[in-house]
Amino acid sequence: MAYFSQQLINAITLGAIYGLIAIGYTMVYGIIGMINFAHGEVFMIGAFISLIGFMICAGLGISSAPVAIVLVLLTAMAFTAVYGWTIERTAYRPLRGSFKLAPLISAIGMSILLQNYVQLAQGARPKPAGSVVQGGYTLFSADGFDVRVTWLQIIIVVVTVALMAGFSWVIASTSLGRQQRACEQDMKMASLLGVNVDRTISLTFVMGAALAAVAGMMFMMYYGVVDFFIGFLAGIKAFTAAVLGGIGSLPGAMLGGLLIGLIEVFWAGYFTSEYKDVAVFAILVLVLIFRPSGLLGKPEIEKV
Amino acid sequence: MAGRLPALLKDAALTALVAAALGLFIVGFRTRDIGQGLFFDYQFVDLAIAVAVIFFGRLGLQFASMGLKWPSFALGTALGAVGASPIQLPSTFLHWFVVIAGVLIILRTIWPWANAALGTARHSRRGKVFGQRGAKWFGTALLVAAVAMPFAPFADQKTMDLAVLILTYIMLGWGLNIVVGLAGLLDLGYVAFYAVGAYAYALLSTQYGLNFWTVLPLAGMFAATFGLLLGFPVLRLRGDYLAIVTMGFGEIIRLVLLNWVDLSNGPAGIGSIPGPTLFGAVFAETAPAGKQTFAEMMNIPFSSNQRLIFLYYIILLLALVTNLFTQRIRRLPVGRAWEALREDETACQALGINPTNTKLTAFAVGAMFAGFAGSFFAAKQRFISPESFTFIESAIILSIVVLGGMGSQIGVVLAAVLLIGLPEWFRDLGAYRMIVFGLAMVLIMVFRPRGLIAHREPSVRLHPARAGP
Repeated sequence: MAYFSQQLINAITLGAIYGLIAIGYTMVYGIIGMINFAHGEVFMIGAFISLIGFMICAGLGISSAPVAIVLVLLTAMAFTAVYGWTIERTAYRPLRGSFKLAPLISAIGMSILLQNYVQLAQGARPKPAGSVVQGGYTLFSADGFDVRVTWLQIIIVVVTVALMAGFSWVIASTSLGRQQRACEQDMKMASLLGVNVDRTISLTFVMGAALAAVAGMMFMMYYGVVDFFIGFLAGIKAFTAAVLGGIGSLPGAMLGGLLIGLIEVFWAGYFTSEYKDVAVFAILVLVLIFRPSGLLGKPEIEKV
Repeated sequence: MAGRLPALLKDAALTALVAAALGLFIVGFRTRDIGQGLFFDYQFVDLAIAVAVIFFGRLGLQFASMGLKWPSFALGTALGAVGASPIQLPSTFLHWFVVIAGVLIILRTIWPWANAALGTARHSRRGKVFGQRGAKWFGTALLVAAVAMPFAPFADQKTMDLAVLILTYIMLGWGLNIVVGLAGLLDLGYVAFYAVGAYAYALLSTQYGLNFWTVLPLAGMFAATFGLLLGFPVLRLRGDYLAIVTMGFGEIIRLVLLNWVDLSNGPAGIGSIPGPTLFGAVFAETAPAGKQTFAEMMNIPFSSNQRLIFLYYIILLLALVTNLFTQRIRRLPVGRAWEALREDETACQALGINPTNTKLTAFAVGAMFAGFAGSFFAAKQRFISPESFTFIESAIILSIVVLGGMGSQIGVVLAAVLLIGLPEWFRDLGAYRMIVFGLAMVLIMVFRPRGLIAHREPSVRLHPARAGP
C-alpha cells in the first residue's frame, strides 16, 4: 500500500508535466490540424533556458528560492514563447495551403534543426542541474516504508493545476479564446467575420510554447539533468497523452497526461523499467487503431 | 526607395531583435560541466555578430524582393567579403555564417532573372526535347560512371567506402520513395525494416551459418512480413497519424532489440558477421577451412580493395534492382493505384480501389527493399547494434527523399550525394550536418515543396502529349 501510494504521487507529478506539454499539441492540432512535431524541442529549449536562468540567478546572488523560481518561470515562458512564435512564422505559416504532408515534414525538419542547434550551442553531454528545492513531507509510514511527497512535487502539481485553470479560463471566456474556438471550427468563416486568423494562430503557438517552457522547467527541477535529446521522448509521450485524451480537447490533454504518467510510473514500478517506453508507444498505437478520437475527443469525419 | 527605407530598417531591426531573443540564453551562455557543477562561457560577441549579420541579411533579402538589385548585390558582396576576409571572427562557424548569408542575398538577387531565363529555356521547343533527352542521357551517364567508378584512378579506399555508403542511402531512398513518393504514406519508421533485414542476416549467418545470398531474399521477406503486420492495423489512419505510429513502431523495434538480450545480444550488438561470398569464394586474406579466397580463385594477388569493390557492385546491383522495379511497377495497375491514392483517397474509394490493400502493398514492398539494404549493411559492417537504427536514420532517409523531390528517382541520387557525400567528404562540416538536414527540409517545404528536381512525368496521360503548340 505504501509503495503504491508513493508510486501514485510520483505518477501524478510526471502526469502533470506531460499534461502541460500535451496542451500545446492539442491546441495546435485543434486549430490548424497539424501535428507540431517540433513541440518536444520547444519543451527541451524551455528546460535549457530555465537551467541557465537558475544559474544566472545564482550568479546574481538571488538566494531566495521562491523569488528565483518565479523569475525563472517568467523568463523561460517569455523566451520560449519567442521560439514558438518564430517556428510558426518561419516553418508553418508559409505552408498553409500546400499539400497534405508538407507541414509535417517541415515540422520534422524544424525538430531536427532545433535539436542540433542546442547540441551545437550547449554541447552534447547531459547537464547536471543542482536541486533548487529540497526537502519534503512524510505523509505516513507503512510496512517500514515512508511515503514522502517532496516540496518540489507539490510545487509542480500546484503550478500545473493553476496554469491549467487559468488556461481553461482564457479559452472559455476571453475574446482571444473565443477567436481561437472560432478558428478551430471554421477558419475561413472566422476570417470573414473579422477574426485575425494569422494572429490567433500565432498566439496559439505562443501559449503552447509558454506552457511547454513551464513543463521544461519542472522536468529540469524534477530530474535534475537536461540534455538536447529530452524533447524527443517527452514530446512523443505528451503526444500520446494528447491522442489518448482525444486530440483537440483540452480536458482530454490533461486527462491523457495524467494517464500516461500513471501508466509509465506503474509499469516501471511493477514490471520492468526497460520496457516502459515500449508500453507508452504501444498505447499510442493501440489508441490510434481502436479509438482514434481518444477518450474525450469527437470523431473526425473526412470531408471531400 | 528613400521613403521606404525607414520601414525596411524597422523590419530588419525587428528580425534582429527576435534573433537576439532566440539566441540570448541558448547561444549567449554556453554551459560547461567542469566536474564540480556547471559554469558559463559567455559568447555575447558571437551572438552580437550573428544578430548583426541577420539584420543586414534581412535588409538585403528585402531589397532583393523589392527588385532593388544594386543595394542588395552590394550588401551580399560586402557580407561575403567580410566572411571570407582574414578579419578574426570568434569562430569558424561565424565565418561560414557570414559567407552563407552573403551568398544567399546574391542568389536571391539574381533569382528572378535566373528563374525567368530557365523558364523560357524549359518551355521553348528545343528546351523540351533537350529536357527529355537530357534526363535520359544524364541517367545513362550516371549509370556508366557508377559501373566504371571502382577502376577510376581516384578510387582509393576512402572513396570506395563513401561510394558504398552513398549507394546504400540511394537504395534506401528509392525504397522509401515507393512508400512516400508514390503512395504518399509518410513513414517515419522506415529504419525499423532496415533493422529487421540487418538482424535477420546477422542472426541467420552467425547462428545457422547461412550465407549472404541465401539470406538476402529471406531478409526481404521478413521485412515485408513485418511491413504487412505493422501496416495492417495502422494503414486505415490519416496521413499524419500514420507518420507518428510508424515512428512509434520504429522506436518499439529498436527498444526491443536493445532490451531482448537473448535474441539480439542487446546494446553490445552482434559481431563477426561473415561478409558476402562470390560463388563460395570469400574476400579475406586467408580463407576459413574448406573455402577459398577470391584471390586464390582468380589467381591474382590479394588486396583489401577487392572486398570493397565487390561490396560496391552488390549494392549497386541492389539499388538498380530497386530502381528498375519502381520504374516498372509505376506502370502496372497497382503502381497507378498508389499514385492515385496519393492524390485523392476518397475518389479512389469511389472508383473501387481498396485503399487499405493498396497501401499495404506499397508498405510491404518498401519494407522489402529496406530489408535487402539491411542485410547488405550487416554484411558490410560485420557488426551491428541497435545504435545504427535510431530515429535520426529514418529522418535522414526521409530528408533524402523529400529533398530529391518525392517520387523523383534521379532526385534521390542527387540528394543522397549532397546530403551524405558532402558531409563525409568535408569532415569539419560533420557537426553541422544534421542542422543542415533539418534546415533543408524546412526550406524545401517552404520554397520548393516538389523537391529539387521538380520535374515529374505523369505515368499515364489521357491524351498523348502533343508535339508542340
